[in-house]
Amino acid sequence: MKKDLVILLIILLIGITSPFLFPNFVVNLSVVWLFILFSLTWDVQGGQMGYNSFGNIVFYGLGMYTCALVQVGLFFSIGEWTEAGGEKTFLHTIPQYFTGLGVGLIFSSIIPVLSAIIVGLGLLRVRGQYFAIGTLGLGIAAGEIASGIEVIGGGQGMTVPIWPRAAGTTDLRNLVFYYLSFASFLGTFLFLRWIYQTRFGLTLNAIRDDEDKAEAMGIPTMRYKIIGWCISAFFLGISGALMGNMNGYIDPIDGAFTGSTVGLWMIIMALLGGKGTLWGPIIGAVLFYFFKEFFWMQFLGWQYVALGLLVVVVVVFFPEGLMGWLKRKFPEKFGEVVDKERTSGIHLD
Amino acid sequence: METILKVRNVSKSFGGVEANKEVSLEIKSGDIVGLIGPNGSGKSTLFNMICGIQPIDKGEVIFEGKEISKYNVSEIARFGLLRTFQETKIYSKMTCLENMQISYKTPQDTLMSFFSKISQNVIKKSEELLDFVGLYEKRKLKAGDLSFGQQKLLELAMSLINGPKMLILDEPTAGINPTLINGIIDRLKKANEEFNITLFIIEHNMQVIMGLAKKIYCMNHGKILAQGTPEEIKNNKNVINAYLGAV
Amino acid sequence: MDLMIFTTAPWLNVQAIFDGIMIGAVFSLIAYGMALIWGVMKIINVCQGEYVILGGYITFYLYNTYGINPLYTIPAASLFVFLVSFAIYKLVIVKVIERDLFVSILATFGLSIIIQQLMNTIFGADVEVAQSGLGTEFLFDNMVTVPVTRVFSLIIAVLVAAIVVIFMHYSKLGRAIRATSQNKRAAKVLGVDTDKVYGYTYAINGAICGVAGSLVAMTFTLHPYIGLPYTIRSFMIVITAGLGNFAAIITSGMGLGILEQYADYIIGTQFRIGFVFLLLVFIIIWRSRKLLKKREYLK
Repeated sequence: MKKDLVILLIILLIGITSPFLFPNFVVNLSVVWLFILFSLTWDVQGGQMGYNSFGNIVFYGLGMYTCALVQVGLFFSIGEWTEAGGEKTFLHTIPQYFTGLGVGLIFSSIIPVLSAIIVGLGLLRVRGQYFAIGTLGLGIAAGEIASGIEVIGGGQGMTVPIWPRAAGTTDLRNLVFYYLSFASFLGTFLFLRWIYQTRFGLTLNAIRDDEDKAEAMGIPTMRYKIIGWCISAFFLGISGALMGNMNGYIDPIDGAFTGSTVGLWMIIMALLGGKGTLWGPIIGAVLFYFFKEFFWMQFLGWQYVALGLLVVVVVVFFPEGLMGWLKRKFPEKFGEVVDKERTSGIHLD
Repeated sequence: METILKVRNVSKSFGGVEANKEVSLEIKSGDIVGLIGPNGSGKSTLFNMICGIQPIDKGEVIFEGKEISKYNVSEIARFGLLRTFQETKIYSKMTCLENMQISYKTPQDTLMSFFSKISQNVIKKSEELLDFVGLYEKRKLKAGDLSFGQQKLLELAMSLINGPKMLILDEPTAGINPTLINGIIDRLKKANEEFNITLFIIEHNMQVIMGLAKKIYCMNHGKILAQGTPEEIKNNKNVINAYLGAV
Repeated sequence: MDLMIFTTAPWLNVQAIFDGIMIGAVFSLIAYGMALIWGVMKIINVCQGEYVILGGYITFYLYNTYGINPLYTIPAASLFVFLVSFAIYKLVIVKVIERDLFVSILATFGLSIIIQQLMNTIFGADVEVAQSGLGTEFLFDNMVTVPVTRVFSLIIAVLVAAIVVIFMHYSKLGRAIRATSQNKRAAKVLGVDTDKVYGYTYAINGAICGVAGSLVAMTFTLHPYIGLPYTIRSFMIVITAGLGNFAAIITSGMGLGILEQYADYIIGTQFRIGFVFLLLVFIIIWRSRKLLKKREYLK
């Protein structure tokens, strides 16, 4: 109990103070928290449940669009907004902006959850490579479909309402979104930390290790697979909404449903740190973010080649990740011990 | 004694090959019943159909007076009819204790109970059963790191934790060294006597099954060839021809 | 809405089926390559589409720089992708075989990003096409247009398929590949060098993709980032047809080609890629629904 409290306090301390320690990097720091959220939520499927999803990006993109559409649609006509390129002609007042954002955030968590239920009923019945490729298809299809719908801007994308000047400077805006990002990370972290200690967490692991056995033991696996996906969808939806607002602009394929960038990165982040653990995805996301920034600075123009190489190297040579490696090296530190404390009963060997 | 499981005229074919032809059998509550027969005689298929892993083509499976063939695996398991597998199935990346905990179900297993922490009561019960099969000191090790025989014992313990009404075991002693076999037989007998669990066992080891079962069915070519007490089966001409050989 | 057009203008059906078959032949070729390595090496090659586009760019490069007729560049494109994929096998794939399928999916996904980006850097991000200058035929009172290139591409696709099938059945290497795909351990015991077989299988797939890429460059358009739809199409064809069934791969490929043509008319070309990817999801769900009745899973 005491240890939990210390960890929580340290995270809170880092989260609250870092924008003041690094005032020039507030936006980057917000993105780091969201990256951690991505890999944590991917790990619910990929690491804990053994369903390697390439399609979690759908929930992120849906959240992004849902929030923006609510923000606009509450006060203006969406069609006119996208046609005019957004902020050129329409401006939100301060109360409009914050109500829109609040309501948008709520909807951006509900809609992805509903879609997770619908899609999950179909796709969570298939396993292994079929699930992986099916979800990959889903992610790309979502982007292509979004870029074909004219009302939401089609392939041109749409703008998100801008921060009302009267409410404060851009620095204040960045700070607001920083704390929102941090809060959504914290919510994800605490929630996952809690459910991994419950029967639900064990159920996810059981599905990963042997789904047939879990069924044979009477666990209604389908229900828990869908709940697991809903949890990921809920937090990813919110993160998408925040990212959309921070960017100020949504591109259907390169911003929202980015199956071959963010959608792939969330997997690599979890792998890099060690999938199937709570801390692995967190460490992996931070490491990955530094790699990414480094590539962008050092190899501009070749940064995606470098990232592709990173993907291949991590997957081929380091698939167990940092935590997995530590666990294999020092299993006893993770509680895997022969415990002879109490020995009664009959012994065999 | 009342009948706990009744299989009536069950048939199953895979693309023209008839794995089970009009199989009927009856198992009384509290009994230990064996199922023997040569490889490919349809024993495992029959087990799969009883537990709902494969749908049946024709016939009925009645468990405690209820027709269960239309239910799926996990529903049937929740009725109290559990099985173990020939090649052990355990959750290999979880510790033994976690394997036990996840197998335990509270009587009122609601959604909320899934989101509460594992109670001390469950942990205690898990430890007791691990003790019962002799795996207590390895409870914090990964189940996948255990030996094959120990995994079988763990699987048995997992099946016992919910106090099932009936347990279906597919070759519980296959691939296990002779000293451990006695341990398993011992546990099975105890499970039957102390926890009052009906056992239905596929077994190739004649010594084991003859010593354990009160009644034995012998299958061949997808049909029930003979049934009776171990003595009757041992002396049945058909069984000797088809399976036991001239011993 | 637009559905009436197929009854009021019946030639549209002929056009759609014609186009569909010709495009579907190329799809089938790519899918056959995927089925080959999936069956033999047990890996799913996500950079399949990138190999196709790479082959296309070789054709385009030779056509654009030296003015060579695209038809004659097919061997060069095929050889180039053969060599590239053999190198990739030695560097990466060899370490992925016999691991979880997810590992191969992710690793080849990473490779596909690298290839895309390199193509983007070298050939630029414009949409390109290599004209073979064979002209267009008009049939049925000009109601149906048939570009001669597409007819040629159909013929070439059939020829290449025939060559590959003959190779698989009658050459020593081909027989070794088939033996490995049926039972790897037995093949190994009988003296088949499985490592060599894997390398060649992967490279032969590359060669097939190279040919398909040339055909794509002649009949459609090239762009560094359009590889993935080809991968998804082949995956779709393979799971509908099964791994070893060559005839079914051809029919599924052509079926997909025709379906896409109709989809273009009905829901519009802007949804074409979206349609392909959604179709994949539906096929997977449909297959799993069918298995559900037998209480089995797609895995």
